[in-house]
Amino acid sequence: MALMGKLGWDRTLRWLTGVAAFAILGILGLLIGQITYHGWDRLTWEFLSGTPRAGMTEGGIFPAIYGTALLVVLMSIFVVPFGVLVAIYFSEYADRAGWLYRISRQAVNNLAGVPAIVFGLFGLGFFVQFMGQAVDRAVFGGALTYGQPALLWAALTMSVLTLPVVIVSVEEALQAVPQTYREASYSLGGTKSQTIFRVVLPHALPGVLTGGILAVSRGAGEVAPILFVGAAYYLPDLPTQLNHQFMELGYHIFILSTQSPDVEATKPLLYTTVLVLLGLTFLLNAVAIVIRGRMRAALRGT
Amino acid sequence: MPNVTATQPVFPLLRTEVRNSAAQPRTPARLRAEEFSLFYGPRQALHAISLEILQNRVTAIIGPSGCGKSTFLRSMNRMNDLIAGVRVTGRILLDGAPLHDPSVDVVDLRRRVGMVFQQPSPFPKTIFENVAYGLRVNGLTGSAAELEQRVEGALQQAALWDEVKDRLHKSALTLSGGEQQRLCIARALAVRPEVLLMDEPASALDPISTAKIEELIHQLKQEYTIVVVTHNMQQAARVSDFTAFFLEGSVVEFDETPRIFTTPANQRTEDYITGRFG
Repeated sequence: MALMGKLGWDRTLRWLTGVAAFAILGILGLLIGQITYHGWDRLTWEFLSGTPRAGMTEGGIFPAIYGTALLVVLMSIFVVPFGVLVAIYFSEYADRAGWLYRISRQAVNNLAGVPAIVFGLFGLGFFVQFMGQAVDRAVFGGALTYGQPALLWAALTMSVLTLPVVIVSVEEALQAVPQTYREASYSLGGTKSQTIFRVVLPHALPGVLTGGILAVSRGAGEVAPILFVGAAYYLPDLPTQLNHQFMELGYHIFILSTQSPDVEATKPLLYTTVLVLLGLTFLLNAVAIVIRGRMRAALRGT
Repeated sequence: MPNVTATQPVFPLLRTEVRNSAAQPRTPARLRAEEFSLFYGPRQALHAISLEILQNRVTAIIGPSGCGKSTFLRSMNRMNDLIAGVRVTGRILLDGAPLHDPSVDVVDLRRRVGMVFQQPSPFPKTIFENVAYGLRVNGLTGSAAELEQRVEGALQQAALWDEVKDRLHKSALTLSGGEQQRLCIARALAVRPEVLLMDEPASALDPISTAKIEELIHQLKQEYTIVVVTHNMQQAARVSDFTAFFLEGSVVEFDETPRIFTTPANQRTEDYITGRFG
């Protein structure tokens, strides 16, 4: 136990933390490496732009790429404004000792802890069946239009799932805005809403983008919430309306690897699909990070 | 006997002073505090302050840290409303109208009584947009040409125009500390206030910038009524016409600046000015 002398612990800790850092690199490298190794061959332009053929053993996965992108965009349209509003309430209006603040803060925390599959069931029960059937009765005279799995309901389900992450990021960014800016605005005769929308929120925009990035990453990757709320395995046409079903990359991977009739034949395509999903996620993140970097530079005056 | 102390009402004596000097008409009081007290929750921060702020004069408020000078300054444009648990008694009057009346439009009040803070804090926007901000939020922009004129006018008044006229659309954060503070002054002047409140405007600046700010205050008083809070006594002596000495939330003495600094009536004033405590 000579290693456990006082200096021994120092050396051990330094060694241990270094090993842990390398282990992370190793895991990531293994992950990306294995997928790239198996999936690189089939990654052609035809794969990215074509539609699936011959029972998913040939062709491309463009509909799944399209569906994933559409889902994520629609989800962002719902979750970002909603999340920003809640964050503004928490940061700028809430009375920290009041009951509404404490209850809603607790609600956001609880929402963050709900398992993804539960959101799937929620989406089915509330959006598809309850709201969908209500819309059908009210607008379509009872005809089955929205009371079934649909792009709209999947996007809404995903937006509820990613709401806590957006709220937390945006609130943190709002709190980071110096109080001196608010005071300067008030002292010039600005009202509270003017101060928030002209000074505070613009300064917090990089944080809003961070929240959006995190939401999009989860939205593109989570499969459980959309299992029975809108995703489909094979659709001959692309979704053009909000009540259509759609193909989606994560869902496609799940079905390909567990329920395709000939697993060996579809295996190569499986890896390539995973590679595409990873690539899409990295690409979305990279674009958003670049935009955020530019915003931050503009705020700093450089 | 020209001096006043906290035990005597201020106004009658002041009027006498000004009327007697060089046959000038009486300078009207722009702001008047009458027995104004302020409480942060249970703690009393201001004790029955009674003061007059005369038009087109610079009034300095001096005193040690924590004596209530910033609190009193912020009461004059109701910035203390932003702090929870603040309670006031007594009155502050602007042109004879009480400020803390529920019917007062606080937003308009803050346009009429502008403020410059200790830390220069221009918005992370362009120089132009900083100055234009007050005009935009108050709906005073008019046409694009009018807006440009008003922005230029404000920057001229703040003695900053020459330094920034070629980079109006650059970020305000590229300016030096002294320039940023003059930008904040321009920003406050753009909405044409009547009174300008300055909370230690030069204490975060280097000596050269400080001198420029003091020169600016001297020029501005022709058009504006100015109140300056400062912990720098020499600055108060250089810059102001009247000085109020605050101590522990009360006005100890209020008089014309030369008199306060040469023959103060109150022993505590003399002790503070001569540096026996600070």
